Amino acid sequence: MSSTQQALAAGRTIALRSRWQPVWPGGLQGSERAWAIAFLVPYVAVFLAFVAYPVAYSLWLGRQPRLYAELAEDPLYLNTLVTTLLFVGVAVNVKLFLALLLSGFFMGKSRWIKALLALYMLPWALPAIPAFLSVHWMLVGQWGFLNSLLHALFGIEGPIWFNSYWLALGSNIASYIWKWMPFWTLIFLAGRMAIPQDIYDAADVDGATGVRRFAHVTFPLLANLYLICTLLSTIWTLGDFTTVFFVSSGAPSFTTEVLATMGMHAAFDTADPPLGVATMMSALPLLIPLVIVLMRRVHTNAVQL
Amino acid sequence: MSLALASGRPARRPSRRPRRPLARIGAVVLGVVLAIWTLMPVYNMLLIALDDDAREYTGNIWPPAPSFDSFRVIWTEDYWYLENFWHQFGNSFFIGVMTMVLTVVIGSLASFALGRMRLRNGWVLSNASLLTYVLPASFLAIPFVHVAHRYGLSDSLWAVIIAQVMFATPYAILIFQQYGRLIPLELDEAARVDGASPGQIYLRIYLPLMAPALVAVGVYALLLAWNEYLYQFLLLSSTKSMTVAVALDQFFDSDEAPWNYMMSVAIVYSIPPIVIYYALRRYMVAGLTMGGTKG
Repeated sequence: MSSTQQALAAGRTIALRSRWQPVWPGGLQGSERAWAIAFLVPYVAVFLAFVAYPVAYSLWLGRQPRLYAELAEDPLYLNTLVTTLLFVGVAVNVKLFLALLLSGFFMGKSRWIKALLALYMLPWALPAIPAFLSVHWMLVGQWGFLNSLLHALFGIEGPIWFNSYWLALGSNIASYIWKWMPFWTLIFLAGRMAIPQDIYDAADVDGATGVRRFAHVTFPLLANLYLICTLLSTIWTLGDFTTVFFVSSGAPSFTTEVLATMGMHAAFDTADPPLGVATMMSALPLLIPLVIVLMRRVHTNAVQL
Repeated sequence: MSLALASGRPARRPSRRPRRPLARIGAVVLGVVLAIWTLMPVYNMLLIALDDDAREYTGNIWPPAPSFDSFRVIWTEDYWYLENFWHQFGNSFFIGVMTMVLTVVIGSLASFALGRMRLRNGWVLSNASLLTYVLPASFLAIPFVHVAHRYGLSDSLWAVIIAQVMFATPYAILIFQQYGRLIPLELDEAARVDGASPGQIYLRIYLPLMAPALVAVGVYALLLAWNEYLYQFLLLSSTKSMTVAVALDQFFDSDEAPWNYMMSVAIVYSIPPIVIYYALRRYMVAGLTMGGTKG
């Protein structure tokens, strides 16, 4: 769900078994049960036909151990694995930490800060493909816009970004942050707005300002939200395909591929869907614990921030 | 933007110590850096689109002779790569609108049954939907293509629409259940006593009162579909069923395509979501941050 969308369940009450009591007094009566089932039919039908079936099918495709042996022998695979971890680890943490700090900046009440916030949200509203294509052209070759700008302003000859592993990986990470940081800033902004002013007033009386106020008041109050956002964002970033596919396209020579792009190449370019599925599934040992922790977190902290 | 949400709070810190000039300068510098950071790729799009001779990398940082010719070419489909541009734009639009409608309909029906009527064992479904929500879309792409083919949906816009709906619905259910808590149950109860069927309660009470959440989720689904690339790329192959996102990538792959046309297409494609986002910002923000602002 690169999606954007990504919107988030953070801090939301999720219906769970323990408090699954009837809401309508007296429970469902007579034909009401039939109505409720009818209301659920469209969702259940889509879920079974287009979620459950593909999930089962992909488990079946990726069941053979030889696929994983094949992956382990591929030197590109190990490289991809490391790149994926770097991409996810750096992109998610830098993005969220900056978003948390910037949400404090956007709490400012002046008119220009509000105008800037509207502008700052632009990457989120901009569709991913045009944006990443533009970033690609900005960096590609000797005379992309960024290098031209460096030359015009500082007289520096910029590097060829996609010729170096670290610069290409850095470009992917920066593009990802560019696209998604605004959304998470908004989430933290809402989180900050939910903190009652009295707490700050009390902290003020005790002389906590600036960094200390952030460290001892704001951050502890937002910690749970921050953790849930980190988990959710890590899961989604792990599945991100668009950024790497459009920005560096794996350059130089497939070294900056991530699992998602490598899996697609295996499945469709070399026409080996089981290998593609296996590539993706090799992320499950990381993905499953994250999902479990996330579901439990949302569960136990069902109340709010 | 979230000001509407914050209003109603007491006025903030009337007697705060005056801001130091240094902090003020720091804030302005930060603001300028953020604006440049945000606008760079957008400016680059315009730069390439307006440059009539964009086949060469010229090292310009502004268009030497700005020309809107590429937009004329797109408007009239006056280039062989762009022959079906407006048809493809229509495809993108169709996918977006259908995703929006189906997500809202399926999501609101399910959330009504799960959140209001509380069908026994409904929690299983709630958790299944939560699991779909946290599943990265790309992980399901390979089997989904196979499954769509088996259902006879290859090269069909409907396959893409279903893929979008299945990823957007769990979010819709979450938001609707959350928002639904704000609607008093006494309304349902009164209607039941008067003999209204659940269908009538859903149509006459639930839907009208849920309007803001419906708008927020609808726009979310539309933007999701507009942002998506992978499924469209994998599922749509013929020129007639292609969407703008896929066509853009075709440009990318070809060596001879003029970049200014490509960037103009990118800009035209970006306009609808930007307009929708800024027009409905208030709803979007309220919807997306509902969880956060509740505390």
